Amino acid sequence: MKKIILSIIIGSFFIITSCQKLMPPAPKDEDVLAGTIPGLTAEQEKEHLVGDASFGKIFTKEEGLGPIFVQTSCSNCHIGNGKGHPSTQLTRFANVNGSVIDYLLNKGGPQLQQHAILGYLPETLPTEANVFSKRIAPAVMGLGYIAALDDQSILNNADPNDINGDGISGRPNYVTPTSFFSPQSIHIPFNGQYIGRFGKKAEKVTIQDQVVFALKQDIGITSDFDTQDLFNYQLGVYTGDDIADPEVSSGFVHGLVFYMRTLKAPTRRNKDNADVIAGEKLFAQIGCTSCHTPSFTTAQSDISALSNQIFYPYSDFLLHDMGELLDDSFPEGSANGFEWRTPPLWGLGLAKDSQGGQMFLLHDGRAKTFEQVITFHGGEAASRRTAFNALSQGEKDQIFKFLESL
Amino acid sequence: MKNLLPIILFLLCLQTIAQTDSSFIKRTPADTNKLKMNMDAVYNRPFLTMGKFPVAIGGYVEANSSYFGTDGVTEGLSFQMPRLTLFISSSIKKRIKFLSEIEFEEGGKEIAIEFASMDIELHPLLNLRGGVIMNPIGAFNQNHDGPKWEFINRPFSATTIIPSTWSNVGFGLFGKYAMNNFVWAYEAYLTNGFDDKIISNPENRTWLPASKENPERFEESFNGVPLVTTKTAIRHRKIGEVGVSWMGGVYNQFRVDGIMVDKQRRIDLFAIDLNTTLPKINTYITGEWVWAMVEVPDNYTKEYGNKLRGGFLDVVQPILKRKILGWENSTLNLAFRTEYVDYNVGTFSETETNIADHIFAVVPGISFRPSALTVIRFNYRYHWQTDLLGNPAARTAGIQFGFSTYF
Ligand code: HEC
Ligand code: HEC
Repeated sequence: MKKIILSIIIGSFFIITSCQKLMPPAPKDEDVLAGTIPGLTAEQEKEHLVGDASFGKIFTKEEGLGPIFVQTSCSNCHIGNGKGHPSTQLTRFANVNGSVIDYLLNKGGPQLQQHAILGYLPETLPTEANVFSKRIAPAVMGLGYIAALDDQSILNNADPNDINGDGISGRPNYVTPTSFFSPQSIHIPFNGQYIGRFGKKAEKVTIQDQVVFALKQDIGITSDFDTQDLFNYQLGVYTGDDIADPEVSSGFVHGLVFYMRTLKAPTRRNKDNADVIAGEKLFAQIGCTSCHTPSFTTAQSDISALSNQIFYPYSDFLLHDMGELLDDSFPEGSANGFEWRTPPLWGLGLAKDSQGGQMFLLHDGRAKTFEQVITFHGGEAASRRTAFNALSQGEKDQIFKFLESL
Repeated sequence: MKNLLPIILFLLCLQTIAQTDSSFIKRTPADTNKLKMNMDAVYNRPFLTMGKFPVAIGGYVEANSSYFGTDGVTEGLSFQMPRLTLFISSSIKKRIKFLSEIEFEEGGKEIAIEFASMDIELHPLLNLRGGVIMNPIGAFNQNHDGPKWEFINRPFSATTIIPSTWSNVGFGLFGKYAMNNFVWAYEAYLTNGFDDKIISNPENRTWLPASKENPERFEESFNGVPLVTTKTAIRHRKIGEVGVSWMGGVYNQFRVDGIMVDKQRRIDLFAIDLNTTLPKINTYITGEWVWAMVEVPDNYTKEYGNKLRGGFLDVVQPILKRKILGWENSTLNLAFRTEYVDYNVGTFSETETNIADHIFAVVPGISFRPSALTVIRFNYRYHWQTDLLGNPAARTAGIQFGFSTYF
C-alpha cells in the first residue's frame, strides 16, 4: 500500500515538473510565417495581436458578411499569412473593347462574388464580361518594409525604354489614388497619380487601400473608407444586407493595417548550404535579379523598427511584360494584361506549408514547380528563361535549392 | 452563481442528514443490473430519497485542473468546474414518473435544462415521454454523466458533431423487451431541432453545437419541421450492447410568411455505439462513431463541409480492485482513449486534393475510484489538428487532473 502511495506522489511530482517536456515544442522561427518584425515596443506588439485577431476573424451574416462575398475572413485566403490555395481563387472581370475599358461597375464588377449568405443568391459572371483575371492570394509577410520604401528607390530600377539595353524594361504602375489616400514624404506623384506597389499588378498604393478593398470586395464588409455595401445587381433588388454601415470601425481597419505592417519578413533557412550559395550566384548570373532585385533599404518610418532597414524581397515592385502565356488581358491602373509586378520571392520555401503540401505558383496558382514557373517566363523574361534552360540539371537544382531557402 | 448557492447548501444539508439519520434519508444506489442500457442512464443514477416523500434528488459535479500547450505556446495552469448537475425525480403515480436534470455550466455562467420529462408507462414495450428530452443519437448524449467516465474531456465527436448534451422539447415513445439474456429496446421522438447557425457561425466550419446557442428552440421550431430521432439497441447480459441511431430534419428557414424562400435543406446524423466488458480480465470497452450529412448550399464556401464523421474508442483496464486507503472495493484503472473527427469529408474540385479539417487525439489516463460513484482521474492528452488544406498539423498536449462524483 505504502509503495503505491509513494509511487503516486513521486509520479505526480515528476509529471508536474516535466510539464514543459510533455508539451509540443514551438516550431523554429524560420519555419513559420507568423511573428513580428524585430524592435517593436510592447504597445506595438499588443496592437499587432489585436490586428492578428481581426485578420483571423470569421464574419457572419449578423456582422454584415456579404450579402455576396468571396470568403468569410482574411485568413481563409491568406492561410497562416502564407500563399493561398486555388480553392480560394478570386476572379476579376471587365469588358475591354479596343482601348475602351469598362469594369462593369453596375453589373457587379470589378470582382466576382461567387458566394452568398443563406437565403441570398450569389453573382455569376455577366455576359458583357470578356476579360477575366484569376488570382490566388499572395503571402502577406514583410509588407511593412515594402510600404516603408520611398518611391525613388522603386524608380531607380525603372527603365521603361530599356536604355541600358539589358532587355528588361520595368516601369511603375501609376494609379489614381483612393479618396482616403494622404501622400507622405516617400511618395512622388506624377500627373496626380501615385506609384502602386501592392497587388499582383501593383494597382494599390498603400496597404490600407488593399485592406479596404479586400474588406469590401472579398468579404462584403463596409468600413468608414467605403460605406457602400455590395449587392447582387443581377437580382434586380438593389439592396445589400440590412446591417448598419459601416460594418467595422476605422479602428478595425487601422488594426489590420498595423498587423500587415508589422508582420516580420520570412526568415531564410539553410543559408550556408553550398548548393544554396551556388544557386544564389547562378540566379544573379543568368539575370533573374534584373527583376527579382535582392535587397532594398527603407526610408524613415513612423514605426521606428521599419526605419532605414535593409530587407531582401527579391522584387523590384515594377511592372514587366511577361509574354502571352501570362497575358490575362485584364488591365489595372496603367498595367496591361500581359504586365505583372515582380512578386517578392521571400517565403517561397514555406509555400507548400500554407498551400496544403504542394506549391501553387504564379498569379493564378497554375505552376506546381519552380521549373514550370520558369517556362511561363516570357516577354522581357524570355532571355532569362533561355539562359536558365541552358544550365545543367545540377545547376538548375541549385537554383531551386536557393529558392527554397528564401 | 448566486442562485446556485442556496441549492448547493440545501444539498449539503441533505447529505449531512443522510449521513446522520439514515432512517429518514436513503441513498438509492445506481442500479448496476447488467440489463440496464444506455437509454436507462437518466434514471440509472444514485438518488437520495426522504422517508415517504415522493421526490428523489441527486446530482454530480466535475472539477479539474489543466495545463495545455499548442506548438510551444501555453496559457499556463488553469482550474475549471465545467459542470454541476442536479436531478430531481418523482414518481407521480404508479408508472408515471418525472425527472429533470439541470446543469450549471462553467461555474453557473450558463444554466441549462438538459432533461425535464414525464414518462408514462402503458406497457414495458410502450412508454410515452414528453418534455425536454435528450435526443437518443449515439450513446454518449444520453449517458454523459461525468462520474461514469475515466476521461476529463468529453469526446470531440460527441460534443462537436453530436452536440452533447443535445436536448430539445418534444414527444415520443420508447420501450423494451427482454428475453433470456437479451434485451431489445427502441426509442422514437419528434422534437424541435437545428437552425441555420450550423452553417453560419464563427467556427469556420459546419458546427452543429452552434444551434444550442438559440434559446428559442425550447419555445418554437426554427422552421416547423420536426427533428426525428430514433434509436434501437440490443444488449446481451454477458456480451454487451450495440445501438444504432438516426436523427434527421431540416435546418433552414425555407418558408417565410407562407412564401417559399429556399428549398428544404436536410441534416441527418447516423450513429453506431457499442460497449462491452471482456470476461475474466474485465476490460471495459466503449465507443461510438457518427456520420453527419448536411445539405449545404452549393454557393457556400468550402469551409462549411457537407459530410462530417468521427468517433472515439475508450479502453479501461482495472488493475487493482481491493481496499485502498481504507475504501472497500476501490479500483485503480488504466484508461486509453483514441478519437478522431473529420469536419469536412470531401475533395477540392479545383485541385482534386483531400479536404482535411480533422483532429486526431490520444488520451492515456489513470483513474482511481474509491467507490463506483466517484472518480479521481489523471489524463494526458495529445492531439493533432490539421487545417482545411492539410497543412502541417498544430499539435496540442495537455495534462489534466480532476474528479467527478455523484452526490
Ligand atoms: C478571397 C481571398 C482573399 C481574401 C478574403 C483576402 N485576400 Fe488579400 N489578397 C488576395 C489576393 C488574390 C490578392 C492579390 C490581389 C491583387 O492582385 O489585386 C491579395 C492581396 C492582398 C494584399 C497585398 C499583398 C501584396 O503583396 O501586394 C494585402 C495586404 C492583403 N491582401 C490583405 C488582406 C486583408 C487584410 C484581408 C482581410 C480584410 C484580405 N487580404 C482578404 C486574396 C484575398
Ligand atoms: C522580366 C522580369 C523577370 C525576370 C527576368 C524573372 N522573373 Fe520571375 N517573375 C516575374 C514576374 C512578373 C512574376 C509573376 C508572374 C505571374 O504571377 O504570373 C515572376 C514569378 C516568379 C516566380 C513565382 C513566384 C510566385 O510567388 O508564384 C518564381 C519562382 C520566379 N519568378 C523565378 C524566377 C527565376 C528563377 C528567374 C530567372 C530565370 C526569374 N524569375 C526571372 C518577373 C521576372
